[in-house]
Amino acid sequence: MLYREAGDFKTTYGEDGQTFPIRFDRMGYYVTLAVAFGVVPLVINDYWANAVFVPFLIYAIAAIGLNILVGYAGQVSLGTGGFMAVGAYAVYKLMTSFPDVPVLIHVLLAGGVTALVGVLFGLPSLRIKGFYLAVATLAAQFFLVWLFNKVPWFYNYSASGQITVPQSKMLGFYVTGAQTSASAKYLFSLVILVLLAIVARNLTRGAAGRKWMAIRDMDIAAEIIGVNPLKAKLSAFAVSSFFIGVAGALFFAVYLGAAEVTEAFSIQKSFLVLFMVIIGGLGSIFGSFAGAAFLVLLPVFLKNVLVGQLGWPTDLAAHLELMIVGALIVTFLIAEPHGMAQLWRLAKEKLRLWPFPH
Amino acid sequence: MPDQLLFAMEVTLNGLMAGVMYSLVALGFVLIFKASGVFNYAQGVLALFAALTLVGLQNGQVPFAHVINTIFGTNLHNFGWKLPALLAILLTAGVMVLLAVLIERLVLKHLVSQAPIILFMATIGLAYFLEGLGDVMWGADIKKLDVGLPQGISETIESITDRWFGYGFFIDNLDIVATVVAVILVASLTLFSQYSKQGRALRAVADDHQAALSVGISLRFIWVLVWSIAGFVALVAGIMWGAKSGVQFSLSLIALKALPVLMLGGFTSIPGAIVGGLIIGVGEKLFEFAAGPLVGGATENWFAYVLALLFLVFRPQGLFGERIIERV
Repeated sequence: MLYREAGDFKTTYGEDGQTFPIRFDRMGYYVTLAVAFGVVPLVINDYWANAVFVPFLIYAIAAIGLNILVGYAGQVSLGTGGFMAVGAYAVYKLMTSFPDVPVLIHVLLAGGVTALVGVLFGLPSLRIKGFYLAVATLAAQFFLVWLFNKVPWFYNYSASGQITVPQSKMLGFYVTGAQTSASAKYLFSLVILVLLAIVARNLTRGAAGRKWMAIRDMDIAAEIIGVNPLKAKLSAFAVSSFFIGVAGALFFAVYLGAAEVTEAFSIQKSFLVLFMVIIGGLGSIFGSFAGAAFLVLLPVFLKNVLVGQLGWPTDLAAHLELMIVGALIVTFLIAEPHGMAQLWRLAKEKLRLWPFPH
Repeated sequence: MPDQLLFAMEVTLNGLMAGVMYSLVALGFVLIFKASGVFNYAQGVLALFAALTLVGLQNGQVPFAHVINTIFGTNLHNFGWKLPALLAILLTAGVMVLLAVLIERLVLKHLVSQAPIILFMATIGLAYFLEGLGDVMWGADIKKLDVGLPQGISETIESITDRWFGYGFFIDNLDIVATVVAVILVASLTLFSQYSKQGRALRAVADDHQAALSVGISLRFIWVLVWSIAGFVALVAGIMWGAKSGVQFSLSLIALKALPVLMLGGFTSIPGAIVGGLIIGVGEKLFEFAAGPLVGGATENWFAYVLALLFLVFRPQGLFGERIIERV
C-alpha cells in the first residue's frame, strides 16, 4: 500500500535518475536525516555517544570504504586496521604541525594520505588474486602498525609512544579534545558520514562503480570491453582507503582521543570491519550501515544483559561474548550469505504487495 | 672463522628450526584448503584449543568450572587426578575428531557451494567461537604444558660445534624434537594419502569434488576426515608451541605466522608448506639479525609478509602452487 512505484510518475531526467526513485524510500531517507540532525543531538548524552552513536558513525564510514573495495571491486582486503592507523597518524601529524587549520580539512587530508598509501599497497592486486591478495594485504596491516610503533617521528617523540589529540574548535565548538560535548562529537562524525555516503552512493552507481563491478564479476571480460584494470583496481583501492583513512582519523581524533597503535588498530579491527561488510551485505551502501549498526550494538547489548542483568563476572561475560559473536556470524552466514541488505531487499519485495498479495 | 659468520650460521640454524614450527601450522591449512577449498582461518585457534584441552585433561580440570560455579554457586575446580601424558594426548585427539564432526554437521554442511569468501568468513566466526569456548571451558590463565618433551639448550650440539669452530651453537632441544616430529608427520601424511583407500579418496576430492562424488566418494565423510587430520596436526603444533611458550591466547596468533608461509609455498602444496616455512624462518631470523638493530627491532612481525608479497608479484601462484589457468 505504502511502498510502490505505481502511480509515481517521473517527468524529468533528473527525477528519473535520483538516488531514491520510490517515494516511500525518499521519505524514509529524509525522515532519518531529520531525526539524525534534529532530534538525536538534543537528547544525546555521553554514554550513548561513546558506546553507540559515535562508534557506529565512524565504523559506518570504514565499512562503506571497505565495501567499495570488497563488495564492488571484488578485491578482498585484510589491511583495514593498518589503513585506519595511517589516517589516525596523518591527522595527528597534521593537527600538531598546523594547529590553525580547521580540523575538518585535516581529516580530509588524512584521507588523502591514506589513499596514496592504499594505492601503493594495492599495486600487487594487479598480479595477485583472491586469497593470495587477502593475505598479501595483511602485509600492509603488520608493516604499517610496526612502522608507527617504531619510528618516533610519527608520534612526535612522546615518551609513552601514544598519540594524544590536541584540542581544536570548529564554528566555536570543541570537536576534539577532552572538552568536546557528546553532541559535538556526534554531529561532526555525522556530517562527514553523510557527505561521504552520498559520494559513495553516487560513485558506485556511476561510471566508476560500473567499472569496479565489471572487474569484480570477471576481470578478463571487463578488460575486453575496455575497462582498464590498472585504473579500476587502483581507483578502488584509492577511494576505499580514503574512506578508511577518514574513519581512522575520526576514530582517533573524535572517538578515542588518545591511541596506541598496536592496541587501537590491530588486526582485530580489520576483521571487525570485514565482518560488518559481510554481515551487512557485499556491494550495498545500506548494508554497510546495517552491518556497522549490528556489530556496534551487539557487544553493548550482550554486555548489558550478561553483566548488567545476570550479574556475571566481566571476564566470563567477555569470553561468552566471543562465543556468541562467533556463533551469530556463522549462523548469519548460513541463514543469509548475502547479508542484511538482502533481507531488506526481500522485505521490500513483500512490502510492494502488502497488504493485498494477489 | 670470523665471529659474524658463526653468528649468522647459528641464526640460520635457529631460523630453520623456527621454520619447521611455522610449517607445522601451515600444513593444517594446506590439508583443508586442498580437500575442501576452505581457507581455514581457525587453524591457529584449533591449535590453541587442542593445547588447552590437553592441559585441562592432563591436570584433571573440571570443564566449564567457571560457568558452573557462577550459576550454581558451587566451588568446583579439579577432579583431583593427573592423567599420564600419552593418555591425555589420545583423549585430546578424540576431542578434535569430535570437533571435526560437529564442525561438519553444524557449519560446513550448510555452506556447500557458497562463495569462498563466505566460507572464509565462517571460519573466522568459528575461530571466535572456539577461542571463547576454550576460555570458558578451561579458563583464560596462562598454563604450562608439560608432556615430557626435552627443553633447554642441546649440549651435544653445543659441544660438537665448540670442538669444530671453537664456538658452541645455542640450539633448543625442543626445536630438534619439533623437527623430528614434523618429518615423521609429513612422512606419515604422505604415506597415508598415497597408499591408503581413504587417502586416495581424499586426493580425488581435492582434484575435483563433482567427479569424486560421481564415483561414490562421500564428500561429507572426507570433510570430517580432513578436519580430523587438521585437528590432529593442530594438536601437534599446539603441543610444540605450547611447550615452547606456554598455553595462552597468543598461541592462536601462530595462524598469522603461517599465512605468509602459505603464500610463499602455495596454498595447495604440502612440500610448499615445508619449504615455505623454512625460507620464512631463515629469512626473518637473518633479516632481524642483519637489519633489526638498524631499524629498531621486532621486524619479525612483518618481514615474512613483505617477503611473501614481493615474491608473489613475480610468481603469483607461490613456489609449488597449481598454476592458475584462466579461460575466457
